[in-house]
Amino acid sequence: MPINDEARVGFYICHCGHNIANMVDVTSVAEYAAKLPNVVLSRDYKYMCSDPGQEMILKDAEVFKLNRIVVASCSPLLHENTFRNATAKAGINQFYFQMVNIRENASWVHEDKELATVKAKDLVRAAISRVVFHKALEKKKVPVNPDVLIVGGGISGISAALNIANAGKKVYLVEKDPTIGGYMAKFDKTFPTLDCAACILTPKMSAVLKHPGITLMSYSEVAAVEGYVGNYQVKVTRKPRYIIEEKCVGCFACIDACIFKEAKFSDEFNEGLSKRKPVYIPFPQATPQVVLIDDKTCIHFKTGKCPQSCAKACDRNAFDFDQKPVTQELEVGTILLCTGFQPFDAARAPYYGYGRYPNVYTSLEVERLVNASGPTGGNVVLRDKTRPKSIGIIHCVGSRDEKTNKWCSRVCCMYSLKLAHLLKEHTDAEIYNFYIDMRTPGKGYEEFYDKLLNEGVHFIRGRVAEVSDWAINEHEKGKLVIRAEDTLIGMVRRIPVDMVVLAVGIEPGKDAQDIRRVFNISCSNEGFFLERHPKLAPVETFTDGIFIAGACQGPKDIPDSVAQAGAAAAQALALIDSGFVELEPNTAFINEELCCGCQVCINLCPYHAITFDETKSVSHINEAICKGCGTCVAACGSGAITQNLFEDQQILSEIYGLLVE
Amino acid sequence: MSTIENSNKDWSPRIIAFFCNWCTYTASDLAGVSRLRYAPTTRVIRVMCSGRIDPEFVIEAFTQGADGILIGGCHPGDCHYSEGNYKCLRRYHLLQRVIGQMGIDQRRLRLEWISASEGKRLQEVVNEMTETLRQLGPSPIKEVVQTVIK
Repeated sequence: MPINDEARVGFYICHCGHNIANMVDVTSVAEYAAKLPNVVLSRDYKYMCSDPGQEMILKDAEVFKLNRIVVASCSPLLHENTFRNATAKAGINQFYFQMVNIRENASWVHEDKELATVKAKDLVRAAISRVVFHKALEKKKVPVNPDVLIVGGGISGISAALNIANAGKKVYLVEKDPTIGGYMAKFDKTFPTLDCAACILTPKMSAVLKHPGITLMSYSEVAAVEGYVGNYQVKVTRKPRYIIEEKCVGCFACIDACIFKEAKFSDEFNEGLSKRKPVYIPFPQATPQVVLIDDKTCIHFKTGKCPQSCAKACDRNAFDFDQKPVTQELEVGTILLCTGFQPFDAARAPYYGYGRYPNVYTSLEVERLVNASGPTGGNVVLRDKTRPKSIGIIHCVGSRDEKTNKWCSRVCCMYSLKLAHLLKEHTDAEIYNFYIDMRTPGKGYEEFYDKLLNEGVHFIRGRVAEVSDWAINEHEKGKLVIRAEDTLIGMVRRIPVDMVVLAVGIEPGKDAQDIRRVFNISCSNEGFFLERHPKLAPVETFTDGIFIAGACQGPKDIPDSVAQAGAAAAQALALIDSGFVELEPNTAFINEELCCGCQVCINLCPYHAITFDETKSVSHINEAICKGCGTCVAACGSGAITQNLFEDQQILSEIYGLLVE
Repeated sequence: MSTIENSNKDWSPRIIAFFCNWCTYTASDLAGVSRLRYAPTTRVIRVMCSGRIDPEFVIEAFTQGADGILIGGCHPGDCHYSEGNYKCLRRYHLLQRVIGQMGIDQRRLRLEWISASEGKRLQEVVNEMTETLRQLGPSPIKEVVQTVIK
């Protein structure tokens, strides 16, 4: 192994309290490291990332004339930047630093102290032999485009858009549905204050539409994203509404004139509890106030033989039956994903009879039933138009279940209490809540539960086994029987009711995986978008410049979604106002002396960053385009390509360090 | 001779693990955060993309005495750099042939797609591979190479 005599390495091992020190013998690793070549100084310390820990590096660097720093502690994904900054402060180029992960990769995953210590020593040896070959590099500064793209127009996206636009920045808000508003637009009241959802949401929707800084792109989807933090190029595809958006004023004359005199098709906004025509508007307060045509049900698109009475009724000539999807390119610096969730599909819990018994409803359907602007105008009636005299609300449907979703959806207890209150108010029926545990953490939430306890609503603690129409006595005939174990009195109970409400949980949106691929971010195990750090970076992702907010990151209620949207907006604004971003200098370059001009690398580059210089007969990498994957480096037969930070010699010295003592 | 005891009784293999920064390295962090226990046999080398893994690294690691080599990358279609993992897959097939010709048991080289959320999968793969290598015993290749050099 070649030796670099000029390298003076300072080595530090962190106890991380007990996190590392309990499993790895840190003193013995420090003693071991002290004897390795080039190591001038070796120390262990309780918390290296703390101020005194970093201060120690600064002082030592001066006293011992260090020019390389190695810290063995946690994952570089967590604290590499912390220690790089400390290294820079100590007057050493920040890339003369190498981090050894002995927490996530050793102390937290092993049980044998001796073997974990051996592993730590191997890893430390590798890092020390690698750092010797590090080169001084500079981070490249590139300006940040101040425009922001927000994907998803639910309450999170709306809040974030207004926050950012109010700070004077340009926002593009892309929503896949014909209107913004998301799930919140479907609710009648919100817990625990019981304020009207529409009264607090619709002014915000209209503020989005009117804001000069916000470009609302409804009924549109992001097709492709290229670029990097501060400089993203985004392709947005606008789906055809067959209506010219700028011309439509939302008079709805076309809807009245539609050849279908009766509405015939399932209305998605009302969860299928009412019907709509092929030309429709999702709901009267939809934003933008523009109708659209559903080309799957419209006679014109199905047969071409419709007199187009809708278009004739339009006095503004807003109809265009030849509209095609239009793709628009945007340039933005940061992206916020607020793409939300989907409710659990109640049919996946067949023992509760959803889809089999007409009087089993999902909570979302009941939200529409109690809603003053819902399909029944807020009159709670069953499908046969009768009023229920007894209602059972089943909590945790699809949640906290090994067979479906393991997680608690966080909102169902509270919205079930809200629905219990509203249903009691609307019907005066007997209401039974079947719960596993009552989870009401939040400001005013427990108090709301207390209030319900005094409203004559019944609470039965136990997971419901099944809902059936199998009556065993006169009393149960014609009713839905809920069978559950009441764990507080220790017996099985059968409660006959007229209506069953399934409190369905929250799960990742059905297109979450597609969105993740487009934006190049990761999902956690359950399928929600993965944050950079669960506590310290909850709205950041591993892709710089892309932030997440709302239920796309995990189940959360409206206040939490709004708070997170604010946090994501602040992060985006901080990035914009700093004016520039620093890019990791891990790009590749070609040594023209060694390049044989075979051009193998050119086809491998996914970014077309490599071109061939005909006059010199060599290839050339455009470092502004290179993203630093290193694929070309591994393929170059002449060894002419070098990737900064991941040079062949650096990786090979790591291998030697691991294997050769 | 490495720091690991080479006595056969409780012999433990040494696996050099090349993990890509975005998926498998993050998965190994997740395994740590989730406190999933697995065999202390891997030594991770982080690269930005599995496409960076030069076949030379693998051959070199074998000749320097690695008992096994584990390559971890993003699932097909999920590569942070679009398609580096496909490049890695092609090199893996090539490498399998080369190490076979070198007389190295092909089970000593393993390629796995492990996403950032699959800490559990990482645990399983490491434990499985450790078990396989325990059965195969220490890799003879380092000794063979040194004899040839002499």
